Amino acid sequence: MLTYAEKIRELSAQLLREDKVDMVIGFRKGSLPMSNEPCMVKNPGDADKLVWDSNCGVNLASYLTDRKERIGIIAKGCDSRNINTHIIENKIKREQLTIIGVPCTGMIDKRKVSNSVDFDIIEVIEEADKVIVKGAGSEQTFDKKEVLRKNCEVCIHPNPVVYDEMVAEKVDINQDVDRYADVREVEEMDSDDRWQYFEDLLSNCIRCYACRNACPLCYCPTCFVDESQPQWLGKSTNATDTRGFHFLRAYHCAGRCTDCGSCETVCPMGINMRAFTKKLEKDCLENFEWQAGLNTEQRPPLDSFNPSDPDAFVK
Amino acid sequence: MEHMGIEKDRLHFSWISSAEATKFIDVVTQVTESVKALGPAKKFVKAG
Ligand code: SF4
Ligand code: SF4
Repeated sequence: MLTYAEKIRELSAQLLREDKVDMVIGFRKGSLPMSNEPCMVKNPGDADKLVWDSNCGVNLASYLTDRKERIGIIAKGCDSRNINTHIIENKIKREQLTIIGVPCTGMIDKRKVSNSVDFDIIEVIEEADKVIVKGAGSEQTFDKKEVLRKNCEVCIHPNPVVYDEMVAEKVDINQDVDRYADVREVEEMDSDDRWQYFEDLLSNCIRCYACRNACPLCYCPTCFVDESQPQWLGKSTNATDTRGFHFLRAYHCAGRCTDCGSCETVCPMGINMRAFTKKLEKDCLENFEWQAGLNTEQRPPLDSFNPSDPDAFVK
Repeated sequence: MEHMGIEKDRLHFSWISSAEATKFIDVVTQVTESVKALGPAKKFVKAG
């Protein structure tokens, strides 16, 4: 993974030095283990702050919305698809961007790691396919495969779909995954059980909106949950309001979500809110053969009409 | 809606032109009947 970081620094410094971009959006080391944070580098001399490892789960496309500068951006598979989505939705122009593609080997779920050890984590090191977790006087090694985020376990587009530079050869794609086992499990429940499933899922939500803020699709200047005139939803953690928030947010992401997992990565309560978006993602695939952000030519399903669109639900 | 546990018969979609009075009546009757059969909504209702 080190070579990725070196290559990213080298390419970023070069872009800034040659004045091809005004800034590069990437990751720098966070103050806690397993929490790299997004950053914007504007001077070639600062490019060595940029890092890359398996803790870069936040989607950087979120930082592009309505920007006017010329931007270099580091993009893994899912970021690149959200960059395409931003371009389709007129939130950024392709000409403004220099995309530094990163063939992705998956991001780790820090919650999985910290729940699997019984000591306070001081440092996490990666070596090849191993993740070494260190505490005071303790150490435990995991296979990276064991601690991947759930969305990365079933990712079929780890290679950037659009890029100007690549930091390494493309990685092999694991096509042999069952992407929707979890959604099917819920689909097979009866109505009351499904209701209860989502009730339990959201019971710990504190309405901090970290999931929304990290989402590259949630770029509305005023989100419906923040409106007060009219106030669409109550602001407290009332179960109905909380469900209203998650349900409507998921709908706003229909046909746009790339299952990048940013929302789950940033949730302080460990809530699996992808259970909502993934159902819609599955429906888009099954009904419209649509996967978001694969190119900029095809119009998204909610923005185009086809007489053969399924309409059995309309009486 | 159905996926998150709202009863199947509570939500209806229909496309009725302003000229289709009979269809309108049929659909409304059907909607009313199926919702009546379900009884008052208990899910997605804010208490008090
Ligand atoms: S979803 Fe795919 S591209 Fe995105 S971080 Fe996970 S493995 Fe990488
Ligand atoms: S980040 Fe987690 S706790 Fe915060 S609003 Fe989203 S689901 Fe709720």
